[in-house]
Amino acid sequence: MVNDSAPVAVVLSASELGLERGGRELFSGINLQLTRGQLVQIEGPNGAGKTSLLRILAGLSRYGFTGQVERHVPQLFLGHQSAVKGLLTPRENLAWHVAGESSFTAAAIDAALAAVELYGYEDVPSHALSAGQHRRVNLARLYLSQAPLWLLDEPFTAIDRGGVVALEARMLAHLEQGGTVLLTSHQPVAVAYPLLRLDLTTGQLQ
Amino acid sequence: MKPASTAAFCFRLLRRQLVLGLRRPVELGNPLLFFAMVVALFPLGLGPAPDTLASFAPGILWIVALLSNLLTSDAVFRSDLEDGSLEQLLLAPQPLYLAALSYVFAQWLLTGFLLGLASPVFALMLGLAPAAIPALAASLLLGTAVLSLVGGIGAALTVGLKRGGMLISLLILPFYMPVLIFGSGAVQAALNGNPTGPFLAILAAFLCLSIALAPMAIAAGLRISIDT
Repeated sequence: MVNDSAPVAVVLSASELGLERGGRELFSGINLQLTRGQLVQIEGPNGAGKTSLLRILAGLSRYGFTGQVERHVPQLFLGHQSAVKGLLTPRENLAWHVAGESSFTAAAIDAALAAVELYGYEDVPSHALSAGQHRRVNLARLYLSQAPLWLLDEPFTAIDRGGVVALEARMLAHLEQGGTVLLTSHQPVAVAYPLLRLDLTTGQLQ
Repeated sequence: MKPASTAAFCFRLLRRQLVLGLRRPVELGNPLLFFAMVVALFPLGLGPAPDTLASFAPGILWIVALLSNLLTSDAVFRSDLEDGSLEQLLLAPQPLYLAALSYVFAQWLLTGFLLGLASPVFALMLGLAPAAIPALAASLLLGTAVLSLVGGIGAALTVGLKRGGMLISLLILPFYMPVLIFGSGAVQAALNGNPTGPFLAILAAFLCLSIALAPMAIAAGLRISIDT
C-alpha cells in the first residue's frame, strides 16, 4: 500500500495497532510514525509480539490485527529465516533472489559478499556453509538493496562478534544516508546514533 | 543497478526454479520412475494379453500421469516456506500473479513436460496403437499443464500445514476429473479413428482458463498460508 500523498519524510506510519493471540492481548494502541534517518529498536520480553509487530508492519500479516499501517517507501525485510537455498551458491542466491528488488550486477554481488566476509565462498553450494554464513548471505542484501526502510528481525542472531561490528557499521552508513532502520534485538545496539526504543508493553516510543 | 523489470524478475524466478530442480535429479526422476513402475505392473495385474492392455492403455496412461502429478504438486512451495524465501516473494514489489505462474511453469517443465515427452515409450510398453501416440503426447502436454496449475492452488493452500498430502488430494482431485475425461477421451478418439481436435481444443480451453484464474488463487492461497 504505497501512498504518495504523504510527506516524503515519513516512511511508515501505523496507528492504533493491536494484536491478540490465543485470547491474550500481545499489544495494543501502538502508534508509530517512522521518518527518514531514524533508528528504532522494538523492545519487549520473549513472546511480547516483537516479530508479530514487525510482520504486520512489513505487510506479511494482513489479517487478525486491529489498526492501520501505511507504507510509503520500498522496504527490505529480513526475517528469522535466511531465505538461502542450500542447492544454490551464495552468488546465485543473491542474483536470483525472490525479493525481486532489481537486477544486480555480478560485481555488485561480489562486493556485497566480500563485505560480509564470504569472499572465496561465492561459488560453494550453500548447504556446505554454516548457519552463521547463511545469515551472512542474507545480510549481504543490506549492501545491495536501495530500499530506504529496513525491517530487521533479530539481525545479530548467529553472527560472530566481527560480523556484529560490521553490521552496525553498515546500519550507521544507511542511517547517515537518510535511511530508516527498525529492528528487534535482545542485544544492546552499539551504534553511535540516536536510538529510539519502542516498548511493546507500554506502547511508548522514547 | 537497474530498476527491476517484471519480465526479468519472472525469468530469474524460472531459472532459479529450474536450476533447483535440475540439481536434485532424484526428485526429477521420481515421477518418471513412478510412471514406468505402474505401467510395468499393469500387465502383471491385468494379464499380458496385448488386446486387453491396448484397450485399457489410454485410461491407464492418463490415470498414472494424473497420480504422478499429484505426487509432485504439493512440493512446489514447501521448501520456500521452510527457508523463508516465500515471505520474501510475497514482499517483492512485483506482481505475485506472474511469480506464481513462473513457479508453476517451472514445475510443469520438470514434471508434466518430461512426462509428455516420455509418454510414447510408456505407450509402446502397453501396446497402444502407434496412431494414437501423437494424440497421447499432445493431450498429456496440454493436460498436465492444467493439472500443474490446479495442483499449485492446492499446494499454496496447504503449504503451511504439516501434513497437507491427503488434504491436497481432496481439494484438487475434483478439478482433475474433467482433464482426465477429455485427456483419455482424446486418445480413445484417436484409437477409434475419430478426430482428436475437439478434445484437444477443450483441453486447451481448460488451460487458458486455468492460466487466467489459477495464479490468482495461488497468490491468495500463499498470502493466507504465510499469515500465521
